[in-house]
Amino acid sequence: MPSVLEGKELFLANFKDARPRLPGAKLPWLDKRRAEAIDRFAAAGFPTTEDEDWRFTKVDPIEKTPFVLADRVSSVEMKTLAGLALCPFGFDRLVFVNGRHSPELSGPHALPSGARLTTIAQVLEKEPARLEPWLAKLGQAEGRAFGALNLALFRDGAAVLVPKGVRLEKPIHLIFVSSAPDVATMSHARVLVVLEDGAQASVVQEYVGLDRGVCFTNMVTELLIGENAGLSHYRLQRESDRTLHVSTLQARVERNGRLSAHVVSLGGQLVRNDVNVLLAGEGADVALNGLYLVRGRQHLDNHTLIDHAVPHGTSRELYKGVLDGEARAVFNGSIIVREGAQKTDAQVYNKNLLLSEHGLINTKPDFKIHANDVQCKHGATIGQMSSDAMFYLRSRGLGEDEARRLLVHAFASEMVERVDVEPLREALSEALHRRLPEAAA
Amino acid sequence: MLEIKNLQASVGDKPILKGINLTVKPGEVHAIMGPNGSGKSTLSHVLTGREGYTVTGGSATYNGKDLFAMKPEDRAREGVFLAFQYPVEIPGVTNKYFLKAAYNAIRKHRGEPEISAGDFLKLIKKKAELVEVDPAFLNRSINAGFSGGEKKKNEILQMAVLEPKLGLLDETDSGLDIDALKIVSKGINAMRGPERAFVLVTHYQRLLDYVVPDVVHVLSGGRIVKTGGKELALELEKQGYGWLEQKVAA
Repeated sequence: MPSVLEGKELFLANFKDARPRLPGAKLPWLDKRRAEAIDRFAAAGFPTTEDEDWRFTKVDPIEKTPFVLADRVSSVEMKTLAGLALCPFGFDRLVFVNGRHSPELSGPHALPSGARLTTIAQVLEKEPARLEPWLAKLGQAEGRAFGALNLALFRDGAAVLVPKGVRLEKPIHLIFVSSAPDVATMSHARVLVVLEDGAQASVVQEYVGLDRGVCFTNMVTELLIGENAGLSHYRLQRESDRTLHVSTLQARVERNGRLSAHVVSLGGQLVRNDVNVLLAGEGADVALNGLYLVRGRQHLDNHTLIDHAVPHGTSRELYKGVLDGEARAVFNGSIIVREGAQKTDAQVYNKNLLLSEHGLINTKPDFKIHANDVQCKHGATIGQMSSDAMFYLRSRGLGEDEARRLLVHAFASEMVERVDVEPLREALSEALHRRLPEAAA
Repeated sequence: MLEIKNLQASVGDKPILKGINLTVKPGEVHAIMGPNGSGKSTLSHVLTGREGYTVTGGSATYNGKDLFAMKPEDRAREGVFLAFQYPVEIPGVTNKYFLKAAYNAIRKHRGEPEISAGDFLKLIKKKAELVEVDPAFLNRSINAGFSGGEKKKNEILQMAVLEPKLGLLDETDSGLDIDALKIVSKGINAMRGPERAFVLVTHYQRLLDYVVPDVVHVLSGGRIVKTGGKELALELEKQGYGWLEQKVAA
């Protein structure tokens, strides 16, 4: 049946078909949230370039491809997975293949007392009341097409629950594998991280591709950071160049809470990352760090929104991008300072390095300020490789390609240095070196 | 080692070098002096292959090879080193990483295996002592936030590590205080030897108090107008460039 349908109708049919078998189908609150979400999607449909937020990004490849919902776990060998993952193994690990949990690939779970690393499906089955207050309650994402689709169709995902005052010594490692060996396949998965007051954790969230099939990955990540809690969150997107990836991260940071959210985008044909952060309590401190390297005909769109709702909030945002070939990147970094959010200190910057004449970047750092005692700075740059620096390196014996690689690495390394998980930082630095010869070609 | 014949070069449409003749043999130190705008920097840039300069006539051979047919990196790999008048800042690349990459590029060119990390560390530490720089300096980004003196010391450090056959020093003394000048000179003197030649391009005679040249050339209006021994530099110091330029005009 789904193969004759396309566009919105296909997704609606998929929902109708899957609804009774979705996790939590018997939970009235969740079934209701799913049904409302699909109604919102049905009413709004896919965004078009007429929508201000989607001006530069066409979602046709998602709308026009007859995706099927992944219905089985492809077999992945541990060795293969270790090769695909950037972050070295050794942390508590949960692995999902096409949005479904793979227990055999997941790693040891030795968390301190009370802390939980589990799957959303398991919690929904055994203790749904734990998720009801959190799941899909942040609201922003579910109001939009892809967030609504995710809520309606998600099958599983990771839940990281850290109780009051507990500190996770080791990072949590989440891996989402996409695979479409025969037919175009889509998966909708979620991550929910709840840090109660004073808790502390690092979460590394990776997306990798198993093959070069056409995949549509639609992710929603929710981060709830309690009073005086601290979260370092890393997303690494390295799926195949035929993957369509839409990801929404939404976070709420309470009083004196700290969030540093990093996103590194290297893969994908069409990638859209939305980040919505609400500084809900005074003294909240947020850092958004982005790095993207795109080439060929890749299209990458980063939309971020930092909402300073209360006084004394700090936010620092820096996204850096390297574009080669005919790649296209979009950056839209909005900061809202609400009425009364005095003493807000906010900065948003986007810096781009264009390696070819055919790359294109649309960048727009943007402030909406409704308070009068604030410090806000923003800026965007688009530059090319410095010929002085190139000559300097070459005059010492470095070949042209190597010199270019070194300069691209130098540009990107500022973001790598901000990674606090040491093995990940090293792996990322190496991956950049490996990736750069192609980027320079 | 270096043989320049009737070299003419221009920047855009403007002729800068109007027929330079210069022969440098191994073991020699040549000083090229001249007032601003005489073509000193253009000469060093042309010899190292910087973009933006057009050779319009004449030739330069280095150990019998046509220098202008070689890419900048190949000139470096064959042993030509330019110490920049304005060293470039490159945030994000450490001195150590850069030096190792350059060192290995040169070794590879000679068909030698790459140096081990441990051996390289020993080597650069020894060279860092020579130019009196803190080893912590090696982990800093190339020239980023360096003082003028530190940048020039870094050039000499790079030269000491890469051990070129021919060192072209483009106003390396400009902007240095006496202490830094002494250190830089010590670094250059330590490298002098029968197999290695230097061309010091300078505006001031001061450097030549510390690095004593074998030959001094005076460049004016794109030509070498006078060549002499080290005493020529002293004469210039006393009388300035004016008397030479008048003599040429007359």
